[in-house]
Amino acid sequence: MFAYYFQLGLRSLRKNPLLTALMVLAIGCGVAASMTTYSVFRATANNPIPQKSSQLYVPQIDNWGPEDAAENKGEPPQAMTYTDATNLIRDHRAKRQTVLYPVSLSVVPNDAGLLPFMENSYAWYGDAFAMFDIPFLYGSAWSVADDNAHADVAVIGRTLNDKLFHGANSVGKDINLNGHTYRITGVVDQWNPSPLFFDVVNTNAFDDTTEIFIPFTRAVDLKISTNGNNNCNKDPGQGWDNWIRSECIWLQYWAELPNTADADAYRQYLNGYAAEQQRSGRFHWAPNTRLRDVTDWLDYQKVVPQEAKVSLLVSLGFLLICLINTIGLLLAKFMRRASEIGVRRALGASRKEIYAQFLIEAAAIGLAGGLVGLLLTGLGVIGVGLVFQPDIAKLATLDVKLVLLTLVLAVVATVLAAFYPTWRAAQIQPAWQLKSN
Amino acid sequence: MLKMTHLSKVYRTEVVETYALRDFNINVNEGEFVAVTGPSGSGKTTFLTIAGLLETFTGGQYHLDGVEVSNLNDNERSRIRNEKIGFIFQAFNLIPDLNVFDNVEVPLRYRGMKAAERKERIMHSLERVGLASRAKHYPAELSGGQQQRVAIARALAGSPRLLLADEPTGNLDTQMARGVMELLEEIHREGATIVMVTHDPELAARAQRNVHIIDGQVVDLAEDPRFHHSVMAARANSPA
Repeated sequence: MFAYYFQLGLRSLRKNPLLTALMVLAIGCGVAASMTTYSVFRATANNPIPQKSSQLYVPQIDNWGPEDAAENKGEPPQAMTYTDATNLIRDHRAKRQTVLYPVSLSVVPNDAGLLPFMENSYAWYGDAFAMFDIPFLYGSAWSVADDNAHADVAVIGRTLNDKLFHGANSVGKDINLNGHTYRITGVVDQWNPSPLFFDVVNTNAFDDTTEIFIPFTRAVDLKISTNGNNNCNKDPGQGWDNWIRSECIWLQYWAELPNTADADAYRQYLNGYAAEQQRSGRFHWAPNTRLRDVTDWLDYQKVVPQEAKVSLLVSLGFLLICLINTIGLLLAKFMRRASEIGVRRALGASRKEIYAQFLIEAAAIGLAGGLVGLLLTGLGVIGVGLVFQPDIAKLATLDVKLVLLTLVLAVVATVLAAFYPTWRAAQIQPAWQLKSN
Repeated sequence: MLKMTHLSKVYRTEVVETYALRDFNINVNEGEFVAVTGPSGSGKTTFLTIAGLLETFTGGQYHLDGVEVSNLNDNERSRIRNEKIGFIFQAFNLIPDLNVFDNVEVPLRYRGMKAAERKERIMHSLERVGLASRAKHYPAELSGGQQQRVAIARALAGSPRLLLADEPTGNLDTQMARGVMELLEEIHREGATIVMVTHDPELAARAQRNVHIIDGQVVDLAEDPRFHHSVMAARANSPA
């Protein structure tokens, strides 16, 4: 009967082209607005590492005290001091761990035809590659021994490898960074998590990832200063040594804790560490620490732009208005066919059959609305830059998932909107209808 | 085939109760051709819609083909309508968006019949009413008499046990009415049970039996002398 009802639905739609066009356009516009804004919301609210997001944690330690914390609803600072970061690394209480900070390195190509250029990079521990599931095209991460030896090693990205080595395997080759020679241990394949979860403090979270990674220990030896944020609650004094011994916060810390028990144990460790700092006289307040996994951290950092949330809500409201209009139009359309309903009921159609017929007709309208919505969503995705910042707008894409979601949303929303008109149609008393004829 | 006992139908509003049928009794045997007559507002059509399970009743009992129908749900009532009852309406009630073939097909669709069987039955019914050549025409392209023939073909396609006709010639001119009436008589001769509501004494006279309704009750035809006289006169003039 589905095919029969679908055929009847199409015939009915052709009969009133103006009414049909109004409904299809209303649904198409509503769905397109929702899907366009959803495409932005989806990209910004994306879980960048779903397979491990509940295993990767950011620890926070309050090294500034209650006065500063009070300005931030009691929360500890969002970054860490060199002192705390290196202490945590030394204690090694996580399965894997890294401290990281962004640096800007000058690349001097071996190819005389290429001019030196600056490249945004990260200084971190070799564990980071395994922690963040970073894929390798060639080679691998540097070793723990390299971290401990403060070795001159580096991992570069595929794009940089293409530029400097024409895509060849560059593992074992040298690269000149800031005038120092580093041995390449690996080339990272395409890897561009969105949001850039591991450093949302220093980036706007939707930048492209960097192309060079060097050991944290080596970067500190070379006194390479951060290319990101550096916040101090008092003057650290002059010079590198004063700075890294200060209470200035400039480092991100990540710990890999495979299960809840490990996370609980790590929380206890953090509190114990803060208590120890209190006992030693460094902290003059009770331990105030946090441990957040990836999704909690992204929520806490408010990575999803406010305008993405607001525009999604507004567009869903618009869809609702379109659907309310559709309810009215469907009601008019269905009730005009009261005599047909009466005849069908007399000839053996149960109320269920009437429901099926009219809901399938609504689904056909929804499908047509979905196709129009798809077209408009495509245009919306292209034009989303008019509303959002370019770095956010570029994230909006019309992929297979969004295409299917657009069609499903259009059909489901229209069928839901059709329930009341269909219920009214099914209530038509055939006897009255046939008598009045 | 159709038996109503002490049946009543009351339309209630907040201030008034109106009896459409009151202590209504009728028994139609299988194979009978019964004309139900009576003045306007007497309850003829209400009787027909209750008989066709298009409307519920307030009290009494109604057995259709041996089944007491008062406790049936919508699905069961719909199935009985589809399988056992054929309707012919005064206003034809064809679906204007469907062609003749598709109109006749409607009750067969609800029976879940396969396409080949549907086609065979439809064409057979249309041939029977002489409209096989008009299968692809739309109702608006046919005369009133032809439309009523399509409605009869639709009613016959499902091979119903009971044919209910409500003023089947009411919207037709004399010549077309005669053709439709002859068709009904032919269907009756082939064994169908027909209950026809009419206010036309000439049509009533052509039925086997006449049931007369006044104020929602079955009465002796003699209680309506003018109508009785008209029926008797029509019978006397009938060629049969």
